[in-house]
Amino acid sequence: MMKNYTYTEKKDTRSGFGAGLSELGNINPNVVALCADLTGSLKMDAFQKAHPDRFFQVGIAEANMMGIAAGLTIGGKIPFTGTFANFSTGRVYDQIRQSIAYSDKNVKIAASHAGLTLGEDGATHQILEDIGLMKMLPNMVVINPCDYNQTKAATIAVAQHHGPVYLRFGRPSVPNFTPADQPFVIGKAVLLQEGTDVTIVATGHLVWKALEAAEILHGKGISAEVINIHTIKPLDEEAILKSVSKTRCVVSAEEHQRHGGLGDSIAQLLARKLPTPQEFVAVNDSFGESGTPDELMKKYGLDTINILEAVEAVTKRK
Amino acid sequence: MSLPNSLTDLCPQIRRDIVRMVHAVSSGHPGGSLGCVEYFVALYGSILNHKPQRFTMDGVNDDLFFLSNGHISPVFYSVLARTGYFPIEELKTFRKLNSRLQGHPTTHEGLPGVRVASGSLGQGMSVAIGAALAKKLNKDTALVYSLHGDGELQEGQIWEAAMYAAANKIDNYIATVDYNGRQIDGDVDNVLSLGNLRAKFEAFGWIVTEIENGNDLLAVINGLNHAKTLLGKGKPIMVLMRTEMGMGVDYMMGTHKWHGSAPNDEQLQKALEQLPVTLGDY
Repeated sequence: MMKNYTYTEKKDTRSGFGAGLSELGNINPNVVALCADLTGSLKMDAFQKAHPDRFFQVGIAEANMMGIAAGLTIGGKIPFTGTFANFSTGRVYDQIRQSIAYSDKNVKIAASHAGLTLGEDGATHQILEDIGLMKMLPNMVVINPCDYNQTKAATIAVAQHHGPVYLRFGRPSVPNFTPADQPFVIGKAVLLQEGTDVTIVATGHLVWKALEAAEILHGKGISAEVINIHTIKPLDEEAILKSVSKTRCVVSAEEHQRHGGLGDSIAQLLARKLPTPQEFVAVNDSFGESGTPDELMKKYGLDTINILEAVEAVTKRK
Repeated sequence: MSLPNSLTDLCPQIRRDIVRMVHAVSSGHPGGSLGCVEYFVALYGSILNHKPQRFTMDGVNDDLFFLSNGHISPVFYSVLARTGYFPIEELKTFRKLNSRLQGHPTTHEGLPGVRVASGSLGQGMSVAIGAALAKKLNKDTALVYSLHGDGELQEGQIWEAAMYAAANKIDNYIATVDYNGRQIDGDVDNVLSLGNLRAKFEAFGWIVTEIENGNDLLAVINGLNHAKTLLGKGKPIMVLMRTEMGMGVDYMMGTHKWHGSAPNDEQLQKALEQLPVTLGDY
C-alpha cells in the first residue's frame, strides 16, 4: 500500500488559519483582518498584535463586517473576515451574495467551528449547510482543508487568488499529516493513497477518517484509493473521474449535510460524465446537538465505521 | 452665489431621462429618482473630486460615492452618463437584456461609476465605511459619500454600521439620507416610523446636519459643503436631506404610489410637458 502522508501530531485547523494569517500579515501589507468578537476562537490574536492598524474588531455585527470587508477591497486591501462558520454564511448570506460575490470583491471568508465537531455548544452553532450555501454562489471558491498544515497553506494561498473565497475549518485537534511544505493549489485534489477497488473522496475532518478506513480495508484485502478534496468548488473533476474510472465506485465523506455538500457535487459530476455507484457519508437531513465531537461524529454517522459500511455497500453495487 | 447653467440645466434634463427610461421598459423607480436629482447634480457636478473618464475600481485619490438605495438607479445612471462616465446613448439600454444598466446597479457588467452592487437594502453604509477605512490605511485624503433611503433605515445592518462608524471615528465619510417620508407600502410613519432620526444618529455618535430643501440645488450644494467642514473631527457625518418623492412631475408628487411604477404613454407626455429639454434627450 502506497501512502502519501505521515502522521505527526494532533493540532486544530483553526490554529493553522491563525498561523497562516499571521505569516500573511508579515509578507503582504495589503492583507487586513476583521473579526466579530471571536478573535481568540479564530486564533487571530497574533495578527491583531503584530498589525493592530490592519485589524478591525467589528463587534457582534457580522452583516456589517461583510460589508466593511467588501469596502476595504476598494483601495486594494485583501480582507479576511473571521467568525464561526454559522455566522460566516447563513447569518450574512445576502451580504455575501450582493456586496461580495455579485460585486466580485476580493474578500476571504474565514469560517471556524464548522460542523458537528464544534461540540457542546449544540445545533445553533453547528452549521452543516455552509458548503451548500457557499458553493451555490456564482464566483465563490469553497475550500475545506483537512488539517493544520493544509489550513495554514490554504490561508496563504487564497490571498494570491483574486476573488471571494470561503475557507472552512474547525475547532478540535485532529491528526496533522499534510507535509508542512506541501504547496496548496486551489482546485487541485490531493491523492493520499492509491487503490483499485473503491475511491473514497473526503474533505475536512473526514479525510483522516477516510485514511483510517483505508488502513482497515487494506487488512481485509480491499484496496481503497483516498482523495482529499480540499477545494469543493472548483471541483477537481479530472482527479475524481480518473480514480473512479479505475475503481468503478465511490464513497464521499464530509462533515456536512448530504444535501448540498461535496457528495452532491461528485454525484452531479458522475451523473454527467461517468455514472457510478456512490454512497454518502454525511449528515442526513438533521440538525446536530450537544455532545463531545467524537460522540457526535459517531451518533450522526460520520465515523470511520460509517465509511467502512459505505464501502461495503458501494462495492456490492458495482 | 449663482449657479452655472451647466448645473441648473442638468436637473430638468435628468428628470426627462428618468421618466423616459422607466417608461421605455414599463418598470423601474421614478419617484425616489426624481426626488434625488438635485443631490446627484450637486454631488457629481460640484462636490466630488473625481475622474469620470478615468474611472478605476480603487479610485485612488478620488472621492468615492456609494448608492445604497440601488432602486433609484435611473437618476444614478443619468447623472453618471451626463457627467462623462459612459455614453449618454447607453441610457437607452436601461433594464434591457445584455445591458450594463441593470435594474439595480452592479459592478458585474463593468459599468464605470459603480463600485458595488446595491438593491438589497441596508448594505451600502458598511461598504462605504470599509472604503473609508481603506482610504485611511492608504493615507488617501479623498472622501467617501453614500446615499440611503429613509425607509432603508429600517434595515438592522444600517445601525450596526452606524455604531461602528462612530466607535471607530470614521471622519472621512458623509452619509446622506433621502428623507422623503415615503416607501413602497405608504408613508414611512405608517409603515414603521423612524422616530426622531436626528436624535437617533446623534445618540449613535454622529454629527448630524440637515438640508431643509433637498430639491433646491443651491441648498444641497451649500449643505454638502457645510458637511465637509465638519469632517476630520473624529465623527461620521449624517446629512438628513428633506426631499419630495416624484419632484418635478406634478402627479407623482405627494404620494408613495410612484415609488416603483412607470408612467404609460399618456402619463409620459404629461410628465415631459413639465420638464423642458435643456441638453437634448438621449
